[in-house]
Amino acid sequence: MTAVRDSAVRIGLIYPELLGTYGDRGNAIVLVQRTRWRGIPAELVEVDAGEPIPDSLDVYIFGGGEDDPMEMAGAGMRESKANIERAHTNGAVVLAVCGGYQLIGNRYIAADGEILEGIGLVDVETRAGSPRLIGELVAAPSDDVNWGEFGPPRALTGFENHGGRTSLGAGVAPLGRVLAGGGNGDGTKTEGVLAERIIGTYLHGPVLARNAELADRIIAWVAGSIPPLEATLEQSLRADRLDAAMVRGVHKWWRDRMLARG
Amino acid sequence: MTASKRTRIGVAAGRLAGALSRTLTRGQGATISGRVINKIAPNALEELADGQRVTLVSATNGKTTTTRFLATALTTAGRTVTTNSTGANLTSGIAPTLAGAPGPGDAVLEVDERVLPRVIDPLAAELLVLGNLSRDQLDRYGEVHAVSESWRTTMQSHPGVAVIANASDPHVVWAAMPGKVTWVALGLGWRSDAATCPECGALLTWSTDRFDCPKCGFAQPATDTVLDGDTLVLDGTRIPLDLALPGRWNLANAALAVTAAAHLGVDPTQAAESLKSVTSVAGRYMHVPLGDGRSARVLLAKNPAGWTEVLRFLHRRDTAVVIAVNARVADGKDPSWLWDVPYELLRGHENAAAGDRRLDVAVRLRYAEVDHEIERDPVAAARELDGDEVHIVASYTQFSALYRKYGGGA
Ligand SMILES: [Zn+2]
Repeated sequence: MTAVRDSAVRIGLIYPELLGTYGDRGNAIVLVQRTRWRGIPAELVEVDAGEPIPDSLDVYIFGGGEDDPMEMAGAGMRESKANIERAHTNGAVVLAVCGGYQLIGNRYIAADGEILEGIGLVDVETRAGSPRLIGELVAAPSDDVNWGEFGPPRALTGFENHGGRTSLGAGVAPLGRVLAGGGNGDGTKTEGVLAERIIGTYLHGPVLARNAELADRIIAWVAGSIPPLEATLEQSLRADRLDAAMVRGVHKWWRDRMLARG
Repeated sequence: MTASKRTRIGVAAGRLAGALSRTLTRGQGATISGRVINKIAPNALEELADGQRVTLVSATNGKTTTTRFLATALTTAGRTVTTNSTGANLTSGIAPTLAGAPGPGDAVLEVDERVLPRVIDPLAAELLVLGNLSRDQLDRYGEVHAVSESWRTTMQSHPGVAVIANASDPHVVWAAMPGKVTWVALGLGWRSDAATCPECGALLTWSTDRFDCPKCGFAQPATDTVLDGDTLVLDGTRIPLDLALPGRWNLANAALAVTAAAHLGVDPTQAAESLKSVTSVAGRYMHVPLGDGRSARVLLAKNPAGWTEVLRFLHRRDTAVVIAVNARVADGKDPSWLWDVPYELLRGHENAAAGDRRLDVAVRLRYAEVDHEIERDPVAAARELDGDEVHIVASYTQFSALYRKYGGGA
């Protein structure tokens, strides 16, 4: 665990005009604010489309996008692949949501067979599938992974809207187990991917606004020990959404409800 | 009118199916009743539109107001006008509107973006007015590009139909290009959904007043018809737009409507004059009494582009603001767009978060460092806020509920 730092935490929002369809800017806002509210300086760094992605960021946020923008974003990410890898090796966190999640994997195979190459940061592969998975998604975080000093967060809530069927390579851990909704959608009842300081997920809402505990784990990964922060309102929202998700996964839900609400 | 018995029965059955569907909360009553009408009376629209010179108005934002503006301009000029004034913009709403036409004349019809390609032939539309395309109801419709593409295909197969289109919106430009277009440069507003070229996928370059594709040459079309502040420059003539309705977005709606009215033979200066009489449009901008001598003005905002315009407007005023958001089927079930809207503009105002999704709003406001109350009911929330002026900005179903209760709306 690194000591609390005095240089600003650099939260990178990558290609917001391409990968910003689902309120993805929100994840950056939440990280910046929750870091600052702890007295740690934080800076929002927007990397515009067409620009190289620098290796100097502490967090790399990739969001979701439509087809053409995603292709464009994929090209930029591949060009800056070495920078992203170097930054990650040096301790940076990657949060990739929806289309961004697909792009940090090996490849995305469209319905017509066309292949969009990812950057292979995690060993996952996505195929276009149908039907589209749309609705509240709840996942119990994997607990056999090193989450750091806080341990795993409680059940994660979000809204999913994707046609992807993502399969994880051998030995790759999911972010969690699906309690309600589709998640990776490949029949394994898993959601997302979790590797050392890398989170890929179909949860949006945005995910860090819905799950303050997840945001705080990311901040701890880059800023070291952090004091707790009041989150009553965020927890109310989380509880509200978990209740709403009951409608989608009611049977499984009753089994897992206590686990989810914690 | 001359509608056949079959058509009359079809329209009635469609209405009934729509009402039943809504009662059963399946939500998409309008779509279902449209299907029923098509089933029972497949030629209903053709028959009902017979004798009407049809103009269709479509856009993600502003279609109801633009329709009202154009209908007002034509009516003021003494024309017989049929229009769907309550925003019923699917087949199911258009059919009964036409069935109630007072006689042959002009039909000015607001039509849903996705319905436009399907009704252009049955209605034998002569003029299309195309405003803007942006993200709306993500969970239901997905992609802006898909709508733009369906419009473009329609234009390609209807080269003779006249079009008045916004030259400042890349999606609209790309869609309308194959048609017989009069371009109106409305100025660049929301650009977050148009980063890439609709033609070739390259990154568009944006300057203060235009967009260009550096790769394929796709660009903002040149035009002599331009919205300049609150003046419409129409083929070189400056026409002041003096509106009762607030906001820059209504100036854009008015510019489109006046250009369309001119195309339909109305003197544009008189058309612009007539728009002053429009003070509320299907509940938009209506006042709701708060019971303490004050009233709250209601604004509708359905998507990030609309919210952003509204917030820029409120930011400059000394007003309390209630943000009332639902995420039901008609709103789009995913309110993650809240994070694309600059709620930071409300710092220093008295604010409240209301609606089904008030907690989503409240969390958004917390991160924007905007003080707020939380109260489910928007009118109760408005009552709690200090200040002489109060605005309730409502998402679609919140707005509809207020309109039903206070505006006498359907
Ligand atoms: Zn191009």
